Amino acid sequence: MLHFCTASTNDMISFKELKQNLKKEHSSLPTRKVALLGDVATQFLAVSLKGMGYERKYNIDLFEAEFNQVERQVMDPTSDLHEFGADYTIVFQSTHKLLEKYSHTSPLDQIGLADERLDFVRMMCNTVKGRIIYYNYPEIEDTVFGSYATKVQSSFTFQLRKLNYELMKVAQENANFFICDIAGLQNKFGRNITFNSHIYISTEMVLSLDILPYVASRTLDIICALEGKFKKCLILDLDNTTWGGIVGDDGWENIQVGHGLGIGKAFTEFQQWVKNLKNRGIIIAVCSKNDEDKARAPFEKNPEMVLKIEDIAVFVANWNNKADNIRFIQSILNIGFDSMVFLDDNPFERNIVRENVPEVTVPELPEDPGEYLEYLYSLNLFETASYSNADAERTAQYQVESKRVSLMQSFTNEADFLKSLNMVSEVKGFDSFNTVRVAQLSQRSNQFNLRTVRYTEAEIEALESDEQYVNFSFTLADKFGDHGLICVIILKKLDASTLFVDTWFMSCRVLKRGMEDFTLSTIVNYAKEHGFQRIIGEYLPTAKNNMVADHFPKLGFSTIEGSEPLRFELEIGAHEDREFYIENK
Amino acid sequence: MEQTEILAKVQDIFRDVLDNDDIVLTPQTSADDVEDWDSLSHIQLIVAIEKAFKIKFTSKEILSWSNVSEMIGSISSKL
Repeated sequence: MLHFCTASTNDMISFKELKQNLKKEHSSLPTRKVALLGDVATQFLAVSLKGMGYERKYNIDLFEAEFNQVERQVMDPTSDLHEFGADYTIVFQSTHKLLEKYSHTSPLDQIGLADERLDFVRMMCNTVKGRIIYYNYPEIEDTVFGSYATKVQSSFTFQLRKLNYELMKVAQENANFFICDIAGLQNKFGRNITFNSHIYISTEMVLSLDILPYVASRTLDIICALEGKFKKCLILDLDNTTWGGIVGDDGWENIQVGHGLGIGKAFTEFQQWVKNLKNRGIIIAVCSKNDEDKARAPFEKNPEMVLKIEDIAVFVANWNNKADNIRFIQSILNIGFDSMVFLDDNPFERNIVRENVPEVTVPELPEDPGEYLEYLYSLNLFETASYSNADAERTAQYQVESKRVSLMQSFTNEADFLKSLNMVSEVKGFDSFNTVRVAQLSQRSNQFNLRTVRYTEAEIEALESDEQYVNFSFTLADKFGDHGLICVIILKKLDASTLFVDTWFMSCRVLKRGMEDFTLSTIVNYAKEHGFQRIIGEYLPTAKNNMVADHFPKLGFSTIEGSEPLRFELEIGAHEDREFYIENK
Repeated sequence: MEQTEILAKVQDIFRDVLDNDDIVLTPQTSADDVEDWDSLSHIQLIVAIEKAFKIKFTSKEILSWSNVSEMIGSISSKL
């Protein structure tokens, strides 16, 4: 967790506190193997990463390579790095060493500096197993050419910027390669903060004690996102958070937003940021103490509002306490509290929510709304490990869910309701169209996930052609709209008669639709057609998937006594489908 | 600021950074006398002292001190 303790805009946990974390009990936390390679000394970075791992509830099992061995560790297949078998390999090649290399290069060859480094990085993508987190290059402005460097391809400035740009292309080409944007951190805080000459001169370390916690935090942001821990929803207060003033007192015409009134510009830009998050796929909800009609009026009538009513997935305006309202929002969205961020200008409301729903992230907003954005930027709340166009459609899907809930209330019989939905599912294996979506859903699904095995795009691609495996993806559409891909099954052929359910996860948006029965029927049919006699399922408990602890027994599997982890078995011959109301597309 | 006052403030910084309230500094104290005062924590101490006194050491000074007295000498020359 980030620390939000005081009203100051700079309340990141300190290096000293991170160091103290090393003395705490880590052994109960899940372990991740992390290798750290640097061409400068990395002891403080190592301390920061382990300490930050503790903050994020991971025991970081760190392999710190000898200083300045990046190339050897990567290229030698018998090196300690390859022996260690890291889940994540962090590579920190510093701008200092790059400048040193540049200075040793003949002027004629300096024009190839960036390309040479990029060749190494591409090679590394192919040799290093697991994921690579690569620190990009904060700029050292050597001013040898002054601003004219931008016209000179062999200048250090030109080569450096080219390298940072081309690294993004490497990241797009390689699914296992992730950039940690420490150049962005330097843009935010300035070189005088990120670099401390004393530390560099006496220890060969290029990151200051002030910036190390941020670097570690950004690194763990990436690891957490890849592990499926990331924010999915932003909940907004309205008065003095989303706009200036009190709509109940001032009226929808007179709230401060837009370029006319008061400090409206600050709120306009804040709303633009929220809208960009919404367009990226973050769910936006409103939680306001107001009469609902008054709270809605600016969204519906005020032309200066950037956020419109259709941007809001769940709109809650009443006089109940906000902790209860956030619980209500959670019940509609069906996502974990730990994937929610709540923004409110009022310290009292923030504390109510922190005390009652501690999993929700509640940043301490600065007092001055003009400072909201720069502060929020510094927190990097919405790190992600994937992006696809489907993300952007999510808001509409949740709005449809609200409609569906009201329709259900008009039916007394569940079967009649399900029939009335006209549900259709497309069932197929993995292909070039759905690979990204399958990988992404595997990263996102926490609750309805039997074994919580996370797959990358590259791994999904490999499964497509692996004879040992049978894969199914399911979409679901009904008369209200299309949910897209919502369920994935990966079966492993244990022998000629037995299938093992390696993976079964489903989006919680489609719970209680009979999708489980439809899915089971699909795999049972497959088993019958291919002569399999039984299906074995397994449940691996996590902090979040208790919902499916009884999944297999509920579907008619019998428990295999004494199995650890718990396994279940279904005899194909004895199985009869339960009734469901979903048709094959 | 009196030397003793500086010494007391520096002692507080040592206790805080090295996370050890038992540390007692005298002018003669050197790195050998304090557990955990190694080359890495030394740099943490320098950064903390610079912040607390709002001063800036030179890189040469940092490498030159052999005991607390010399460190305090550098601090007082900048106040």
